[in-house]
Amino acid sequence: MADLLRRVAEQADLAAFRELYQTYGPRVKAYMMRQGADAATAEDLAQETLLAVWRRASLYAEEKGSIATWIFAIARNLRIDRLRREMPWQELPESRMEQPSTETPPDEALSAKERQGRVLAALAQLPPEQHEVVTLSYIDGLSHGEIAARLGLPLGTVKSRMRIAYQRIRAGLEDLQ
Amino acid sequence: MSISHHLDDATLMSFAAGALPGALAAVAAAHADMCRRCRREIAALERLGEAALASLPPVALERPEPSPTAPTAAGMRDAFQHASAATDPEIPRPLAPLVDGGLDAVAWRWLGPGVWDHPLPLAGAGKLRLLKVAPGHGIPEHGHGGAELTLVLRGSFHDETGQYARGDVADLDETVEHQPVVPRDGSDCICLIASEAPERFQGLVARQWQRVRGV
Repeated sequence: MADLLRRVAEQADLAAFRELYQTYGPRVKAYMMRQGADAATAEDLAQETLLAVWRRASLYAEEKGSIATWIFAIARNLRIDRLRREMPWQELPESRMEQPSTETPPDEALSAKERQGRVLAALAQLPPEQHEVVTLSYIDGLSHGEIAARLGLPLGTVKSRMRIAYQRIRAGLEDLQ
Repeated sequence: MSISHHLDDATLMSFAAGALPGALAAVAAAHADMCRRCRREIAALERLGEAALASLPPVALERPEPSPTAPTAAGMRDAFQHASAATDPEIPRPLAPLVDGGLDAVAWRWLGPGVWDHPLPLAGAGKLRLLKVAPGHGIPEHGHGGAELTLVLRGSFHDETGQYARGDVADLDETVEHQPVVPRDGSDCICLIASEAPERFQGLVARQWQRVRGV
């Protein structure tokens, strides 16, 4: 994937763009549909997301996160702007000065891909009730209050589940160092 | 600048997920602009977004890929650019478009003795406002029944949970009872406040004002 993005950035390579679109487009479309968009609108937003990838390809920096994380951030902002009609307050990774937090300085032997694998594994190992609140936040875009209403739980329980989930995922990252 | 009160982990996660209501997200972004620690946490939490995308069953595309070289694509509005020009160093960069001319040019609305506010227009959920409180006065409670975030932009206040100075954010559980006060010997305290449940704010100001005055 990094190679495809490099070809887009350096050579404006349309075949590489098509491959990126075919890889990520169906997932971004699924994401937009989960957020309430109909199929046609979701596909429009998947197209817009990947067109933003084309325009911003030269800004991508691997040390600030994987390509999939970057595409998530673009899709997230686009969803807030178009589906929620709010201002996307989140910066995109390439606008940030810093690399993601890992407690210890980034290990050169550890690629973004390996680090990401660790996050995926830690997420998969969460107990179901913690996995659920993470999914409802990231996939369904629900606020703390909306999750509490959906699950019939006190707000404090939702927030403490999210805190514990985060601490576990962080612990998984730190083990690696 | 040394920041000692940060965003709660649950708030950081919701912000990175794109699930924090608009007004709260504005305060979170303003704090992150001033706080290296929270910026790094948000960046780390964005990695979970990749996992979330990967966990979704893909939905087949029905049309061919768009042409990135077509004129319509090139002219498309870019929804990702923050105003990044350094204007007033006292105003966090994400807020610059909303607070034109700096904190001294704000048109304050008198709410009661020692308390002024200035609503900031925002599309979407929640209410965003600047609040100015004079030395020796209490900061009115607000937003009960919903989440609330308070970021100090100038001056300081203190309550049972500690002292809050510029850059500090109060991200407290709804269950925490606290009574923030601006020190008598300090300057005005100006905060950026987001609340999910705005409608009770005014009533609470009045009630708190009554309490302060002993009416």
